[in-house]
Amino acid sequence: MTFQTSLELLRFHWAAYTIYALLIISIIAWFAVNLTRKERIPSKIRIPFYGYIAFLVAGGVGHHIFTYNAIPWVAEDIMRHDIPADRDYKITVAKHQWQLPAKQMRAKMGEKVRFDVHSKDLTYGFGLFRKDGTMVMQMQVLPKHDNDLLWTFNECGRFDLTSTEYSGPAQYDEAGRDKMLVKDAFVVECPHDKRVAMN
Amino acid sequence: MQAKTNDKSFVQTLIHGTDFDHTQLTALQKVTLRAVVMSFLFFGLVAIEGMIMRMVETGPTNPLPKMFNHPDHFFAIMTAHPIVGIFGSTYQLVFAAFMFLVPYLTKKPLYSVKLANAVWILITLGTALAWIAAFAWHYAPLYTLYWPLPADLEQFKLIGGLVFVVGVALIMVGTIGFIYNIYATIFARTGVHKNKTTKELLISGFGIDGLMNLIHKLTGKPPYSKEPALSLPVVAIFRGTVDTFLDALVILGAGVLVLVYLLSDLGGASWNVHAVDSLLYKNFFWWGLDLVADGLVLIYVAGSWYLLATVITGQKLFMENVARAALLLELFVSWMVWSHHLLADQPQPEMMKLVSGEMVTAFELLTQGLALFITLVTLWKARPLKMSPELAYLLGGLVGFGLAVPAGIIQADMGMNRVLHNTQWISFAHFHIALIVGLYMTLYSALYVLWPMVTNNTTMWSKKLTWSHFWLYLVGGVGMGAFAGMAGIDGMLRRHLYVNGEFNTWMVLAAIFGSMVLIAWFLFLFNIVMSVGLKGLVGIFLPAKDEVATYGIEEEPEPALA
Repeated sequence: MTFQTSLELLRFHWAAYTIYALLIISIIAWFAVNLTRKERIPSKIRIPFYGYIAFLVAGGVGHHIFTYNAIPWVAEDIMRHDIPADRDYKITVAKHQWQLPAKQMRAKMGEKVRFDVHSKDLTYGFGLFRKDGTMVMQMQVLPKHDNDLLWTFNECGRFDLTSTEYSGPAQYDEAGRDKMLVKDAFVVECPHDKRVAMN
Repeated sequence: MQAKTNDKSFVQTLIHGTDFDHTQLTALQKVTLRAVVMSFLFFGLVAIEGMIMRMVETGPTNPLPKMFNHPDHFFAIMTAHPIVGIFGSTYQLVFAAFMFLVPYLTKKPLYSVKLANAVWILITLGTALAWIAAFAWHYAPLYTLYWPLPADLEQFKLIGGLVFVVGVALIMVGTIGFIYNIYATIFARTGVHKNKTTKELLISGFGIDGLMNLIHKLTGKPPYSKEPALSLPVVAIFRGTVDTFLDALVILGAGVLVLVYLLSDLGGASWNVHAVDSLLYKNFFWWGLDLVADGLVLIYVAGSWYLLATVITGQKLFMENVARAALLLELFVSWMVWSHHLLADQPQPEMMKLVSGEMVTAFELLTQGLALFITLVTLWKARPLKMSPELAYLLGGLVGFGLAVPAGIIQADMGMNRVLHNTQWISFAHFHIALIVGLYMTLYSALYVLWPMVTNNTTMWSKKLTWSHFWLYLVGGVGMGAFAGMAGIDGMLRRHLYVNGEFNTWMVLAAIFGSMVLIAWFLFLFNIVMSVGLKGLVGIFLPAKDEVATYGIEEEPEPALA
């Protein structure tokens, strides 16, 4: 199993966690009912104590092994300094304003793009979002540090940019609108088609 | 409603309570109740704040006055909210319970009731000051205090910053007072510990005796310690308090740093904020702050579960030595997991992300999973049990952590964090469920266990209200966490203002369930007020006639001198 886009991962995560949540609530509810029955019911299942410990360890470690193999951006992130990018975008942010290299940053689907973001004053975030509000990816932007993120765009579309970290109320205007939101800041063209999907 | 109150009118009960007599309370009981009262008042405030923020984010049709939609006001609430919730409410309640329980469990007097009084006064005052700084001057760097935002005087007023820092400092001084009181009580060589050495108490406090017992068992040797010097809940309190201390030092340190910059500005010298490295600061700050989230909360909760399970069942804890050793393991785990807060920080070394952020953090699944399992098995072995409020709340607490801990572990992963960091997922599916459902339901269970001891068997006014509170709180807490968490999966950021109803459906659902929590709190408070009466409530704050600082033991007569 491999997730090509973060949207696929988010959908899987939603389903998996919902199932888990319903399961754990059901187990405790079942436990509560049987715990308080008037007659002492016999134990039908015996969970070996050290087997349970092994299960927890396997769950904790196995989760990371699974994501390392199923989510392509994990290994890419760790090795990003050794991976050549198809496109490089250097971005500066100061006083709650982006200084973008172009009015619209562009890439082709499947390309690797390196975002190199520098903050001159505060801690911000750098996040791209789909038109339905779901997050493509994000990183923190620490002042006076190199904040670089390599991302392979396996989906085409127009993505909005905003800061994903709180940097004070000055990010918003009096009406509460986000001044750091840049609509269609990044565009990924579909293969064999220069038109961009308007999702 | 109980039989004892049937002959009283509603108004009489409201004034006099059921059968509560504050004049018969000892100094220890009174100081405990004072902190509990303040804690639940702050809980109400924090629930209202939460509802305001939820309603703002439902969009332009929300019925709130316009001022609440203004970013200055919105983020001021967001800054005050965790200070009031964590310190004003949770810390107070936990500290009150432990300053009562440690003397009870060790059968020794509390080191100082005066200090215990100072603790709740300092925390109350500090919380009020931090809240005022946010409300009056809109000082809003959030609880994260990411450098250099707290010293950004282009966005915030100097006076707001000064009042906020003083407030938080008072809370931390109160916290250190609690720590001193607890350790001075545990290490006092009186009563059952008269012949114990400090070394023996330390070994027991850190859970080393449990580990040694396990090793001796595996190697076929006789037990290292047949009767550990400290009972398991006291070990958890001892152990968790280590993290409480370290956390207080770090927050005080951050406060001093902010204060120095604010005062330099006041003196006319604007220092370069970038002289402090933002990444180093973030590591330092999260190391300390994470000792709350992933240290003392988990440890205190585990200890509370063990205590509640043994009190409810009247039986020994299942696998007690493992539980003791697990508390020792948590010592190392809680100190090394902070990097999971920095998985989205690209300058953070990858090795720290992998080892601290992912691998060591994963061990929290083990430590908390063990505590959950040990508690469940202890209860199971004692079946059948009556479904009392304390048992129901305990099971609710287990559900809360059963949901919240894996939600956190899932995000403490480099792959997941890239798409979930700073979203409402971590805020609601993880820590709001951990706190509201997991921690508070555990504390409510403890409250129902301790209620007869602290109030001299005062009759609770209404059982119906107790159960209404339970169900509304459980369903409301889980529902709010689930729906707001789903908004996070859909991309909703946690420290962000949405005024156009972008995540309207999730926010409306979260607000509906959140209002259940608020109503539950009101029912609980009403039940308590009707039980102790308004006179009793005032009486709690009057000086105690009985200066006794213990519960459940007679003062041991000193042997006559030869």
